[in-house]
Amino acid sequence: MTKQKVKPKEEIELFGKKLVSQIEKGKNPEIIFPLRNLSNIVYDKKTKTLRLGDKKGARSFFNVAHTKKFLQTVEVASIIKKELLDSGKHEHLRGVFYISKRTIPGTNINIVDDQTESDKAIEDLEVITGLSREQLHVSANKMGSLVGNIILEDSGDTIDCSKLGRGGYSIPSITDELSFKKVNAKYILYMEKAAIFERLNEDKFWQKNNAVLVTSQGQTTRGIRRLLQRLSEEENLPIYVLTDFDCWGFYIYSVIKYGSIALAHASERLTIPGVKFLGITADDIVNYDLKKHLIKLNEQDLTRMKQVSEYEWFKENKDWLRQLKMMKEFGAKAEIQALSAKGISFISEHYLPEKIRKKEFLD
Amino acid sequence: MAENIKAIELSKKQREISISEFFTRNRHLLGFDNPTRALMMVVKEAVDNSLDACTEMKVLPEIYVEVKQLSEDRFVVIVEDNGPGIVKQQIPNIFAKLLYGSKFHRLSQSRGQQGIGISAAVLYSQLTTGKFTKIISKIHPKKPAHYFELHIDTKRNEPIIERDHEVEWLKDHGTRIELELEARYQKGRQSVDEYIKETAIVNPHTKIIYVTPEKEKIEFPRVTNDLPIEPKEIKPHPHGIELGTLMRMLKDTTSTTLSSFLQNDFCRIGPTVASNICEEAKLSSRAKPGDISSQEIESLYKILQNAKIIAPPTDCLSPIGAELLEKGLRKEIEADFYATTTRPASVYRGMPFQIEAAIAYGGELEKESAVRLMRFANRVPLLYQQGACGITEATSDTSWRPYGLQQSGSNIPVGPAVIVVHMASVWVPFTSEAKEAVAHYDEILKEIKLALQDCGRKLASYIRKNVKAKEQKERINLFEKYIPELASALSNMSNENKSAIEENLKKILSKNMSKLNESIEGNENDKAES
Repeated sequence: MTKQKVKPKEEIELFGKKLVSQIEKGKNPEIIFPLRNLSNIVYDKKTKTLRLGDKKGARSFFNVAHTKKFLQTVEVASIIKKELLDSGKHEHLRGVFYISKRTIPGTNINIVDDQTESDKAIEDLEVITGLSREQLHVSANKMGSLVGNIILEDSGDTIDCSKLGRGGYSIPSITDELSFKKVNAKYILYMEKAAIFERLNEDKFWQKNNAVLVTSQGQTTRGIRRLLQRLSEEENLPIYVLTDFDCWGFYIYSVIKYGSIALAHASERLTIPGVKFLGITADDIVNYDLKKHLIKLNEQDLTRMKQVSEYEWFKENKDWLRQLKMMKEFGAKAEIQALSAKGISFISEHYLPEKIRKKEFLD
Repeated sequence: MAENIKAIELSKKQREISISEFFTRNRHLLGFDNPTRALMMVVKEAVDNSLDACTEMKVLPEIYVEVKQLSEDRFVVIVEDNGPGIVKQQIPNIFAKLLYGSKFHRLSQSRGQQGIGISAAVLYSQLTTGKFTKIISKIHPKKPAHYFELHIDTKRNEPIIERDHEVEWLKDHGTRIELELEARYQKGRQSVDEYIKETAIVNPHTKIIYVTPEKEKIEFPRVTNDLPIEPKEIKPHPHGIELGTLMRMLKDTTSTTLSSFLQNDFCRIGPTVASNICEEAKLSSRAKPGDISSQEIESLYKILQNAKIIAPPTDCLSPIGAELLEKGLRKEIEADFYATTTRPASVYRGMPFQIEAAIAYGGELEKESAVRLMRFANRVPLLYQQGACGITEATSDTSWRPYGLQQSGSNIPVGPAVIVVHMASVWVPFTSEAKEAVAHYDEILKEIKLALQDCGRKLASYIRKNVKAKEQKERINLFEKYIPELASALSNMSNENKSAIEENLKKILSKNMSKLNESIEGNENDKAES
């Protein structure tokens, strides 16, 4: 967490000054930083996280293959410094894209043509400077909600997350600056599906079980991951993950726990090694008699299954291999909502309390 | 009783069909199957004859071609040359008797082969318009010019002379033919225009003046004063004859013994080879050629086919030559790059032949359509039956992608190029009498491919260099545009002075640019050499 104390403004300035001094010496300006492709992703068995390896790449300006990306990186750094850090404002990834999207005079070339390019440049800047996107004042779409006995402070406002009705607290894109005033919960339940969150909220599951509920829709955003990590570390709360019984669900869990390939450089600030997988497991399918509600695996599922079972962190875990093997034997997957077939509140009244009581978790 | 015998009854209907009558019914065999093609064929036959005549006289050809449109489907074709002219007695036979010619009985590289061409044109004119073909010919400045109006007696294959008198003609020597015919004039790949243009490409020693039906006068200039090397006449090679030919040769020979027949009437047979052949055929070397039985001829034929005899001489061929082919191509096809290849002579079925190929690339040539393939045989453009031609097959079978052209499967490649293939031979194996497609002999296909591959390699190295040079230019341009952007961004980041950063970046570029410029010039030098 030492990085957090560094002043981002100075860090960007330093990066700029290094390049300027290379140019003054008549050198082709060059940026050296760790490669971010799969070949340089290492699964660190000790910390159980994905991190970047030691392979470095160089990007120089007077090189046709590099020059555009070089310019994009520097352009984005300049925008962040001048427009955001200097003024203390925040901007969206989308906004940064629009600020950097200009046509270079005398050409028909745009500095960036679509948002993926400016997004990539920001990620590069994170790797180059060691600053996180959040520290660079760049936010993403906020997605996800929280409900439970937590009182937190967000930009000077005090928010009681137990009194926010059906919607719950809308988790911002940047969660670094939140502070937890009072937390009264035994565990956090994170779920992939917003629909399940609504079900549990309506059933007052969090009240009855003294839990905090967190959801996103699909992939877990950086903001949510950072929030979960802080709750886990600062408040010492166990975190349970509830996803569909499919490889995409498994991977959502693995990203929260070990980190992701795309954001391996930020693993330190995002991963939660202690997180546990609650369900849906293959055993749940058998024990809760859900076989009738299975969905046949399609081509994409099978491809993804093959990829997932090749990942080192799955490959070396017998429990997970067993899950994948059973999924293959079923030839099918299942959604969390399949539990509704047993009764609309079966999940909040039986399934979850039972699983948590019996500590039926996968690591 | 006699009336009841069917054969006798039938015999009343049986009679000889003259060759002229045969071709009247089968004009497609000679390439006169539609009015558009007929116009091209008439011009082609006349021009081919003129060029052959000039070659024999060793004079630089100057050919005048005029196509006049009388009505929608009526045309007059005039072709005039400065060749040796034709002696008076021969004029009717040459123009108005099919299968009359000097070239069928000898082996020498020439445009005409069978002596059908020009008389077929006359026949076509007669059939479609009933008009006479008008000929003027003069053989010497001091001799008179003769004027003829001719028809063909189609039953007897004999000339009908309508008019015949002396005329004043300003030329020192030469021949002029004027025919009227039913035809259609079109522009495009198979037009008279195209035929003349392509003829100019492969005959760079020829000057052609062409007056189109639209009365536009186009001059195709001569680009060399060197006459093509005169092709030598050769005797047949034993591997290239057919049984019937051998029988005829034995009957017609002036040699008195088999041994001397073999030595005198064939090439590449000396006394030793001759006596070996006689021995193997169990025939006396002193046997009279005329006395050999047909059974004996058959076994002699087989032995000749299999005998180890060195390949025929190839100095009988007269290729265009890589340098002149390129000159010819340059003057008619505008492109950025030209490559030519002349293969060493080779042999198919005892017939010497030689392949030349050329590629023109770039410039204004169409980038996205199939490459234009120009086929030539003994300096004559082949405009029809591209699909049936061995040259097309060999071109499609060559892999063009490594040479920088696009190609899908075994098809004619796609790209901004013209491909030229010329086959020179004492006997070009055409698939039909229309002489538009070369037959598919393995030896010929192989040579064509080798020639094309050689051109292809030159093309590939040009494209590589050219693309590189272009990229380098673009690169410099790109950096020049990027520098102000980079300087401004870096200045924002570092609070350093923007113009100082910009100046320094420009210095770095100009240091690199001098290097880049050198290599561009280097490439252009290479281009000039190739």
